[in-house]
Amino acid sequence: MKLEQLERETAWVRHLSPEGELTEQGRKFWDSLSVERKKDFYRWMSYIRMFDRRSVILQRQGRIGTYAPLEGQEAAQVGSALALGKEDWIFPSYREHGVAMIAGMPLPQIFLYWMGRVEGCKPPEGVRLLPPSVPIATQIPHAVGAAWASKLKKERSVAVAYFGDGATSEGDFHEACNFAGVFKVPAILFCQNNGYAISVPFSRQSASETVAQKAAAYNFPGIRVDGNDVLAVYDVMTQAVERARAGQGPTLIEAVTYRKGNHTTADDATRYRPEQEVTEWVERRDPLERYVKLMKAEGLLTDEEMAEWEEECKERVDRGIREAEASVPAPPPHLFAHVYAEPGANELRQIKELEEMGGSGK
Amino acid sequence: MKKLTMVQAISDALRTALATDPTVVVLGEDVGKNGGVFRATEGLWQEFGDERVIDTPLAEAGIIGTSIGMAVNGLKPVPEIQFMGFIYPAFEQIVTHAARLRTRTQGAFPATLTIRAPYGGGIRAPELHCDSTESLFVHIPGLKVVTPSTPYDAKGLLLAAIKDPDPVIFLEPMKLYRSVKQEVPDGWYEVPIGKARKVRDGEDVTLIAWGTMVPVAEAAANEWAAKGVSCDVLDLRSLYPLDEEAIIESVKKTGRVVIVHEAPKTAGLAGELTALINEHAFLYLEAPITRVTGYDAPVPMYALEDWFRPDAKRVSKAIQQVVSF
Repeated sequence: MKLEQLERETAWVRHLSPEGELTEQGRKFWDSLSVERKKDFYRWMSYIRMFDRRSVILQRQGRIGTYAPLEGQEAAQVGSALALGKEDWIFPSYREHGVAMIAGMPLPQIFLYWMGRVEGCKPPEGVRLLPPSVPIATQIPHAVGAAWASKLKKERSVAVAYFGDGATSEGDFHEACNFAGVFKVPAILFCQNNGYAISVPFSRQSASETVAQKAAAYNFPGIRVDGNDVLAVYDVMTQAVERARAGQGPTLIEAVTYRKGNHTTADDATRYRPEQEVTEWVERRDPLERYVKLMKAEGLLTDEEMAEWEEECKERVDRGIREAEASVPAPPPHLFAHVYAEPGANELRQIKELEEMGGSGK
Repeated sequence: MKKLTMVQAISDALRTALATDPTVVVLGEDVGKNGGVFRATEGLWQEFGDERVIDTPLAEAGIIGTSIGMAVNGLKPVPEIQFMGFIYPAFEQIVTHAARLRTRTQGAFPATLTIRAPYGGGIRAPELHCDSTESLFVHIPGLKVVTPSTPYDAKGLLLAAIKDPDPVIFLEPMKLYRSVKQEVPDGWYEVPIGKARKVRDGEDVTLIAWGTMVPVAEAAANEWAAKGVSCDVLDLRSLYPLDEEAIIESVKKTGRVVIVHEAPKTAGLAGELTALINEHAFLYLEAPITRVTGYDAPVPMYALEDWFRPDAKRVSKAIQQVVSF
């Protein structure tokens, strides 16, 4: 993404500037929020950042496998996920650990997933969160289908698909948008446009200037928002959820953001991103720093509170990884767990074969 | 009981499922007002309305992808892919999601859906309409694959597939859609998945076939019966899971095997069946297992399809080979 493209800040929703100042509209929105909610934004963003930084280190230590960092995208994830209710469905891609945490996925399980354990995919009872989708864009039709089912069953739940800018080049994105528009389902298509699909910039990904404008082709609203502004993201997401619940159909949200680090721990982003651009996003546009400035200016956060909270987050993350590491390894026959509702003769024979090879785990 | 063709029996199964289970939805291209290109959904849209029998945009990945989402959120979708040759855009959704969701969510959100797709040739259809690529799906753990060869089985097997908690690929042999009529019971009954049908009893050769090839195998068996060679004819019905017991039992009895399928030979299901028989009944074999299949060429346009699809003559020749080995 070229810097001038990123600078195109018109035609997007922004409540909070990188300097931590509220816009006129932002001030109105800020005044409508409860103190607790304001604190939630800070707590979640900083907690998620701590989790993310620790995960990168854990990967370097060989304690988890290849990991997809999210630093820089905390506002997009926190702002969108906090606008959802327990009854809503979430179909994430592989970078939404922040969303997963807010949805109610226990930290040890998120770690288990990155340790290559399929058990890390299963949410607790009542958490409507699907496992990370690794193939690009394929989860978007699922969200549309789940939303469609809500509509057919006359329930109030909405379904959200999370995806990146690269996903908007895939056929599944367009098919999902088309179905969502035709059947007017309560789905929210939430794109975190972080500028790059691994190394390929958005300018090479799409001839459209924005992701949001693609919604016009499917006849539903496409909204572009400053994805590093948690207030604006929360505001547009809340409105999209309300629209969906009111039977007014889908919304495409483009949260313009930036991943501060590499695509995954196996990637080196210095190969394809200009230094000037990285500096701009890392130093000036950080979503957490700008929000901390606001919180402090509004008298809602002190250095002491920050230090306390950081300490607590550190403990939570430590506990999470400790619990994940203490988890009993799955025995080899677990390969067959839930492949079918009931294993058939063929699977039973292969399970027995594994056990005879000493794979019972006992 | 009514006498129905296979396509009418399928329609009857869908009607029964829609009437019995409010979570069942039928969706796909042209399945609504038009009643499906083969009339398999005839009258269902009028009877059950637009929210149960849904005309979708022309988008196979979209149809299967949204069906997976519906299944996750508690419905039992029965998506139709108009022809098996058009299933490939949805292949990714089937393989990476439908087949794996139960495992990946450790049972929390299985994709309970039944994908219907007409398959096979013999009806003078245009290009790409006549594929028989069942082995692609049989190869994928997490999927079940079934195909009937009679109207009775078509209804019972489809109802079993819809009720089955796992994703099922339900292949409909187009050639047999209207070839015979058979008495089909009213209401709900099931033909269990994983059980083969014994088409006829014999002592000398085991003929294994499914879907469109069952009547072909039967014709060859009839021919040899007149010459004093009796064939045990098995209609597999369920391609995964296989009725291993029925296959092995028959092979142990006859010692001679001919496997017939319409799909190309290389990496076709006959290879898998041959390996299975070798593993379980090698010492009972009196002759090499023989395959009669489509050729390793793209399914041709119809001018040459009679050369591509196995017929009774080719099966007959294979029987000759195994009995005179």
